[in-house]
Amino acid sequence: MDLASILLGGLAAGMVLFICSVGLSVTMGLMGFVNLAHGGFAMLGGYVVVYAMRHWGLPFGAALALGFGAVALLAVALERALYARLYGAGELDQVLFTIGLVFVMIALVTLGVGPESQRVELPPWLDGQSDLGFLTYRTYSLALIAAGTLLMVALWLGFERTRIGAKIRAAVDNRRMAESVGVDVGRLFTLTFALGSGLAAVGGALGAEILGLDPQYPLRYLAYFLIVVAVGGLGKVTGVFFAALLIGVLDFVLKIHFPKGGTMFIYALTLVFLLARPQGIFGKRGA
Amino acid sequence: MSALPALQALAARHRLRWWEALPWAAGVACFFLFPNYLAFGTQVLVTILFALSLDLVLGYAGIVTLGHAAFFGAGAYTVGMLAAHWGWTEPLSGLVAAALVAGVVGLLSGWVLLRTHGLTLLMLTLCTMALLEQAANMFSSWTGGFDGMPGLSYRPILGLFEFDVLYFRSQYLYALAVLLLCFAVVRTLAYSPFGRSLTGIRENVLRMHAVGAPVHARQVTAYAVSAALAGVAGAVFVQATGYVNLAVLGLERAAGVLIILILGGHGRLYGAFVGAVVYMVLEHTLSKAYPTAWQLGLGIGLMLVALYARNGLLGLGDALRRRWSAR
Repeated sequence: MDLASILLGGLAAGMVLFICSVGLSVTMGLMGFVNLAHGGFAMLGGYVVVYAMRHWGLPFGAALALGFGAVALLAVALERALYARLYGAGELDQVLFTIGLVFVMIALVTLGVGPESQRVELPPWLDGQSDLGFLTYRTYSLALIAAGTLLMVALWLGFERTRIGAKIRAAVDNRRMAESVGVDVGRLFTLTFALGSGLAAVGGALGAEILGLDPQYPLRYLAYFLIVVAVGGLGKVTGVFFAALLIGVLDFVLKIHFPKGGTMFIYALTLVFLLARPQGIFGKRGA
Repeated sequence: MSALPALQALAARHRLRWWEALPWAAGVACFFLFPNYLAFGTQVLVTILFALSLDLVLGYAGIVTLGHAAFFGAGAYTVGMLAAHWGWTEPLSGLVAAALVAGVVGLLSGWVLLRTHGLTLLMLTLCTMALLEQAANMFSSWTGGFDGMPGLSYRPILGLFEFDVLYFRSQYLYALAVLLLCFAVVRTLAYSPFGRSLTGIRENVLRMHAVGAPVHARQVTAYAVSAALAGVAGAVFVQATGYVNLAVLGLERAAGVLIILILGGHGRLYGAFVGAVVYMVLEHTLSKAYPTAWQLGLGIGLMLVALYARNGLLGLGDALRRRWSAR
């Protein structure tokens, strides 16, 4: 494989990681809630999309929208009913609760659908090769890169240019200060939680091609999502974007050169990086 | 009563109470009552020791870790590799070697990691464990890679008691003896001034800094001791079963021991015993027949514990007893 194809493949994987984990970064930044069940929402989104396409014959785009909506609704229900009780609790209780939630999701999916891995059927216009002039590459990977970049731009605009974005940034930086000037952080959190989980659902469906889709998905990629968030920084969309791309490309390269245990280097790099910059790529010291 | 009842109560905390003999009596009784289940019993004892080691960092020092299996695995691979590559099959010195290796891994990683806290610390413990797991996968000529090292055998304990591959009789008693020894260490530490200062760090780290306690050094020491004990647990596991593979380092083992400790009750020594026995008996009876239902039940149970029973089964027992005596 030449350099350009490796880079493109890694970028596509990185975009999936970005779409899956950006919501986690914002919700953890807002509430400091350690949500290990985030990957579970991604998995559920993948299953909704597969089911809607296979049984109801929905087109790919509509199925994605449905997955986003269904998982966002479920996330709001769970957040209001259960997560909200643990905001003041220690991280240990949050870890336990969300691990439990992951187990429940895995078991329900296994019971309802089965333990085998699922395939997302791509529409024909995404399933071929594209000629870029200097090389031909899988259309789907290119589409992923485009979609991820668009999402990044949209989220950046939303964060930097809208009122809600300003509120979120304020609350991430200093929650009590934001609350005392009248920002309803609780409602903001419910909103971002729904949006972030919905995005994870889309990421789970879009990434099924690369990451696979089976009931063990949330545990298998737990460490990856957390690494992306920790390296990118809590509540930092741009940081998460670059962290996801970096880790996607690195992972892709390492899996080619060291098929056995190549991810060791990712963990080692993450360790060194987090020790040097515990606040993430663009984090301020002591913030 | 003297003038300082509070001081007396504090000084009397470490005294042995009659019911503290119960777990050990039960352990010996099980040896005679269930001769066909001693292999399972040995696993339970190893798990108790592992959970006990976690209690020292999580329950007493308040360090939330997702990567405690790193040390279990370090101990396990130490005795495994010593036996497979150098023919070092003497079990007791193997335990010492495992404790040393795991302790050093704990000391080094703790010294570096415990500068951080919160989510970063959680992530770093997870990364350390995943790093070791992938290293064990990568250097397969030393570790056996994914398949691990099966068919390890060890010399008789003290030169007298052969490892019993069929009924696990000597393994069970060996594990019980090691557990008793390690428990004595943890209990002594927990009630020592050192243990008190760990509790202080857990409850209010700013105040401990303010009174001049060497917070970082205390945490690292606790982390290293706990790692050494977890290493002993891993070593006993390998010596008893005769194999080691990547599962000793996995997230599943780390999450499992966390669940066991919280289920039993953390920060109270005997939570590890209650949690390990309850969890493993349930798992043993349910998980083979209904693996998915077991996972569903475990998940719901965890959510309930996190929401309603933060002090575990022993905490529930306390609450019931208080309610009873308040009547």
